[in-house]
Amino acid sequence: MKPSAFAWSAPSSLDEALAVLAQVGGDGKVLAGGQSLLPMLNMRLAAPAHLVDINRLTELAPVRVEDGAVVVGALARHAAVERDQAAHGVQPLLRQALRLVAHPVIRNRGTTVGSIAHADPSGEMTAVLALTGGTVQVASASGRREVAADAFFTGPLESDLSAGELAVSATFPAFPTGSGTTFMEVARRHGDYAVCGLAAVVTIVDGVVSSARAAYVSVGPSPLVLDLTDAVAGAEPGGADWTAAGDLAGEQTDPEADIHASAAYRLHLVRVLTARAFAEAAGRAVP
Amino acid sequence: MSESLHDVRLTVNGVPQEAQVPARRLLSDFLRHDLRLTGTHVGCEHGVCGACTVLLDGEPVRSCLLLAVTADGHDVTTVEGLGTSQDMHPVQQAFRECHGLQCGFCTPGFLTTAAAFLVDNPAPTEDEAREAISGNLCRCTGYQNIVASVLRAAEITRERGAT
Repeated sequence: MKPSAFAWSAPSSLDEALAVLAQVGGDGKVLAGGQSLLPMLNMRLAAPAHLVDINRLTELAPVRVEDGAVVVGALARHAAVERDQAAHGVQPLLRQALRLVAHPVIRNRGTTVGSIAHADPSGEMTAVLALTGGTVQVASASGRREVAADAFFTGPLESDLSAGELAVSATFPAFPTGSGTTFMEVARRHGDYAVCGLAAVVTIVDGVVSSARAAYVSVGPSPLVLDLTDAVAGAEPGGADWTAAGDLAGEQTDPEADIHASAAYRLHLVRVLTARAFAEAAGRAVP
Repeated sequence: MSESLHDVRLTVNGVPQEAQVPARRLLSDFLRHDLRLTGTHVGCEHGVCGACTVLLDGEPVRSCLLLAVTADGHDVTTVEGLGTSQDMHPVQQAFRECHGLQCGFCTPGFLTTAAAFLVDNPAPTEDEAREAISGNLCRCTGYQNIVASVLRAAEITRERGAT
């Protein structure tokens, strides 16, 4: 239960970090909050040769609101994003989801961008990025690029990041006026990995539902975004048939069984949680 | 092959400390093995149990999920830094009064977590107290007395402030 030996460097600027990452290549692994990486090192599920510790890159710590979107730097702790009032005003789904990310003490250390780069199929923030149509800003010694959420998550614990690259920030756009959001999940224990969870957004235009979409965690290899508007389009939010939306979601998901839950139970949760989450999100939609 | 060592300088309970350690030394082991501060307990070593919780620059964190080299230059408070048997911290006094501990293994993590929580929220509701300690496991005392202890600690802090 101790990590195997590794080389360690703690660059003091982004340029220095990118130079080190370029030099160590595929042997390198970025250490930010470490709340997923350290357990993997302690249990020796991972044994990178070189850790590049970015905890001194305070230039990557800010949470900013830019052009109607929330831009979260790579060193912004979950707790800082959760507390940020300006970010909450622009994209309330961030705080709603973060309250379900592990426990408060873990959120003091873990980073939102690190959680996205880790690409855990049960990671709440992957679903938030996917549902908001967000992007990840990636830097390397040879340049910068931006990757959309649907291209970023390539499989369980796998992302589009290549050796030598660092995810420097993630951008979460706002939803249109008239939208309400929520994040719901079922976990065996408070703060544990979700057996099934979803981020949901319902948009109301002229008093009726114009859009109902959700992004699911723990039901597939990466966050699954479904547009379920067809089941409820044109309905008044108070009288919409959210159960129909849940059933439509069930038809479009094919969860697998594992030691935590059977496939049938997960499918049941998809249906039930979708209906509940849409009802709650619709209730929060402010025209 | 010998591992390369790194200088680590940090402040622990107000005292400057310095040691040379391999990069893979966990902060929990650094405190216990290198500094001989064995008040911080180590349970699961993957962030689940909360026994190793210490304060890093005042914020509770898992010391088993932090490398000592990452904590270089920072300020750490362990359970030894909260109070003494003659001059107990309000959470320590409350845990004694309310039977908030039995075997005591999980206690250092509960004390540090609760102490930091009460700075942020000096008058918590019972639900807020439960949420605050939700990341700490206890296998013998039971959570009811621990929740009561956190609420009592808030009272003690107010009583001390009023005198």
